[in-house]
Amino acid sequence: MKRLRFNQQEIVFAVFAVLFLAFSIFLRGFLTPENMLTLLQNVAVLGILGLAMALVVIGRGIDISLIAALAVPPGLVLQMVQNGHSLPASLLTAVLLTIAFGLVNGWLIAYAEVPSLFATLATGLLLAGLGQAALFQLDVVQWSDGMQGFERLGQGTILGIPTSIVMFAIACVVVAFLLRQTRWGAYIYAIGDNPYAARVTGIPSRPIIVLQYVVAALIGCFAGLVMAASVNSMPTRVFNSTLIYDVILVVVLGGIGLSGGRGGVLNVIIGTLLIGTMLNGMTIMDISYAGQNLVKGVVLLLAVITDSFLNPRNEETAQQGDI
Amino acid sequence: MRDTLTSLRYRYWPDHLLGEILSKRWTETAIPVILLLIVGFALSRSIDHFLSPASLADTARQAGEIGFIGLGMALVVIVGGIDLSVGSIFALTDFCALYLLDVLNWPVPAVVVATLACGALLGAVNGVLIGYLRLRAFITTLITLIIYRSAFDLLIQRYSNSIAAAFPDIPSWNFIGGGDVLGIPSVALVYIAIAIFGHIFMTRLRPGWHITAIGGSRRSAYNSGIPVRRTIALCYVASGALTSIAALFFAARLGTVGGDIGVGLEVIVLTATVLGGITLGGGKGSVAKSLVGVLIVLLITNGLTTLNARGGINRMALAGILLIAAMVDIRWQKNRTRIISKVYVAPTYHALPPPPATEIGQGGPFEQNDKLRDVELIGLGRIEAPEDVILDRNNNLYAGSRHGDIMRFFAPDYQRMEVFAHIGGQPLGMAFDRQDNLYVCIGGMGLYRITPDGTVEKATDETNRSMHSVNDDSRLRLADDLDITDDGLIFFSEATVRYEMDEWPIDGLEARGNGRIICYDTKTGATHTALRGLKFPNGICVASDGQSILFAETFGCSIKRLWFAGPKKGQVEVVMDNLPGYPDNINLASDGNYWLALVGMRSPSLDLAWKMPGFRRRMAKRVPVDEWLFPNINTGCVVKFNEQGKILESFWDLRGENHPMITSMREHRGYLYLGGIMNNRIGRYKLDNVDPNFVQYDKRWGKLS
Repeated sequence: MKRLRFNQQEIVFAVFAVLFLAFSIFLRGFLTPENMLTLLQNVAVLGILGLAMALVVIGRGIDISLIAALAVPPGLVLQMVQNGHSLPASLLTAVLLTIAFGLVNGWLIAYAEVPSLFATLATGLLLAGLGQAALFQLDVVQWSDGMQGFERLGQGTILGIPTSIVMFAIACVVVAFLLRQTRWGAYIYAIGDNPYAARVTGIPSRPIIVLQYVVAALIGCFAGLVMAASVNSMPTRVFNSTLIYDVILVVVLGGIGLSGGRGGVLNVIIGTLLIGTMLNGMTIMDISYAGQNLVKGVVLLLAVITDSFLNPRNEETAQQGDI
Repeated sequence: MRDTLTSLRYRYWPDHLLGEILSKRWTETAIPVILLLIVGFALSRSIDHFLSPASLADTARQAGEIGFIGLGMALVVIVGGIDLSVGSIFALTDFCALYLLDVLNWPVPAVVVATLACGALLGAVNGVLIGYLRLRAFITTLITLIIYRSAFDLLIQRYSNSIAAAFPDIPSWNFIGGGDVLGIPSVALVYIAIAIFGHIFMTRLRPGWHITAIGGSRRSAYNSGIPVRRTIALCYVASGALTSIAALFFAARLGTVGGDIGVGLEVIVLTATVLGGITLGGGKGSVAKSLVGVLIVLLITNGLTTLNARGGINRMALAGILLIAAMVDIRWQKNRTRIISKVYVAPTYHALPPPPATEIGQGGPFEQNDKLRDVELIGLGRIEAPEDVILDRNNNLYAGSRHGDIMRFFAPDYQRMEVFAHIGGQPLGMAFDRQDNLYVCIGGMGLYRITPDGTVEKATDETNRSMHSVNDDSRLRLADDLDITDDGLIFFSEATVRYEMDEWPIDGLEARGNGRIICYDTKTGATHTALRGLKFPNGICVASDGQSILFAETFGCSIKRLWFAGPKKGQVEVVMDNLPGYPDNINLASDGNYWLALVGMRSPSLDLAWKMPGFRRRMAKRVPVDEWLFPNINTGCVVKFNEQGKILESFWDLRGENHPMITSMREHRGYLYLGGIMNNRIGRYKLDNVDPNFVQYDKRWGKLS
């Protein structure tokens, strides 16, 4: 008898469907057009970050510093405009800072061979510390007059769809194009699948890994701009929140294996929908922030355990230092 | 003038120490310790009262608390994992202790036990998930970090007021929090006790070895039957329990449950662990490294706080240190052997005068001839690398082979061959004692004894450790040749203490006095080093006077005499120097003189290079090994010399076909038997005008009765 096997994507989608159905039936006010838009709007930033994380995770890395990239360069834009610089100049500075940050990450991981987890953990702290110590005057950088018009990146609608969702959609299309249509994307899959084989094949793995982190940081910065535009300020303390765990949750739940080489944009969308539904439902049920975190954590744990039972790791091929 | 300066510089500057120190395992701990001293010194200069007892006691309290978590993290990292949930476990167990004490009013011992159990339980969740279910350590502990943290948040929402309202005044609880013994805080005492146990556990007990083995190679550990899953799980339990100990002291010291307790603690502890030199990915680490890392991180963060640095700067400093430490650690682990092999070779200055002439027509005792042209060949193609040859009193011929055997060729025609004894290492010099036991120097193993019936026994493989040597020189690396005195002392040479058997030519490149002569007493079984600092001591022969030995220094190109008895006991004098080649084994000749093998002839290029240590060091660093300038050992000769060091006769093979390469020779009943370490044959040369009944060991030990 053929054993019934599901992959994680199908399971998560099923869970999402069940959850969505249950909420629709039992939660008053869940299945309304307004709530649906709110749900999507709330998870748009998370989704964009998820795309950045997906890019890195597919290439067998992880980027803990995404939240720093989300908070600091957009915060710098707001701060510089507040201090009287022009918006384009501020944006350019922020983008350059982001690229430099991505290059540092990439260099540490690809050339200095520091495990991505530690490299990004430390660079994230470094960038956040830099922002805190040298760039921002207050923890929340306020919107100023010079930013006039920029808030449309996160507010209002385009063709009746909230802009932040459009931004998420644009990011999805761009990342999907990068991953599926360009040679660079194919190389990322190759490196994630087997870095040694990729290098032997002649793929310039190191520059590609660097590029991967630069692009991830840029996407993170983009998410930060959308976020700042939608709330008219940049709360830089977001770095201290558990947002990065939500991002990892999106990627892992969506079915992008942490061992790399698998998954794509669709997985991010599914993961984002599930998390969005879960958070939205819990908010309607009036569960506290800590309670929501608890539920998220338990769900994530169950997902990872299920994954390990469906796709067990082999003791013989488990890599040393594979933490 | 320049030569004098070079010679002085290389005589007194210990170049060789750098490579030897770097190859020691403890250098990996030494670097963080030096960093700690630098940080401590810098801070004590910039902050007043930094080293005052009160300040130190305060630091010790914090160090103790973080130190416990550091020990747990070290354990988990050594086993090949990581524990990010320590900050949340810390917060939860801190809450647990205060809740039990303040709200439920439990007695202190019960609180301690329950808190430890709570920590172990929280760790056990990680342990079961990672050890038994084999989830990834990073992602799993990240999830439990969130879960434990949100549980903590939910709990303090309900109980923080009742905990804050209580002011327990229990002496034992206060002692845990703020007590000290002779000025040492209670937490530091407990830490010291646990650290000492931890050190013994990791280095001396079986479970500790299992942990290191799993971290080093999980697969090999699994295949060799170590309970991988259980051991890993227990490491996480231990990490949880150690964290709860820290939380207990913290709770007793401050008695609060603020919302941000333990937030970011995992980063601090992780930084400390990596900074201490505990390798990410497992297999390497120690309690000392963990302690040093914790101290460095704590000094830096405390110092920055005292210096009123902004929060962001503190964070950046921590992150920067973590990055640099991880980078250095990874690069060092990756390139360690390469760096050591580059700096290990440390050539020194070695000047020799121009050698005596050997060309035909120049005259002199070394004048080349073709006497060995027609040597008879024994065992051609059947024996490999007979460094030394020896004949017993029944005329049988023995020779070592590269495969670790002693071969025996039977008299009278030496056609029949058998393996006399299997040893396992390459046999070099050989000598018979009075009872016909064959003593053999085995490269890489030591001095061995083979009884006449072929039983192999170890005589000695170690000598006294010298105090000033960095390398462990108690082990015998390259025992080379030996001879036995009438009193049963065996003098044997150890060519070098810096290189292994397979690397011996590199010692010639160094030309430092790395070798020594060791004495083994067959009566007492004791071994001691008789003479040090010799340039590749090689052949050894007891002189006719019975009070001294003659020994050859291969790369010193000289023969010296060491008195081991009589009025000159302990003195060394030069018998011959500036030989045109590299002397090897020395043996008795029938006329009371000595045979000497020159394994290779000197060349002007190497003679020049020996005067240029810098050139040889650059060569060793930049050129691949097989292109280095090595001493020539392809063509040599046999010479005969007398007691005064005068060369009497020389024997060459000019065509280089039969026997150009010679490391040893033995005279026996009118023939000279020749061995060579690169040869696949043993040579036999008919001597003219010699005693046809000469048997070396009959002469030494008396006729067989």
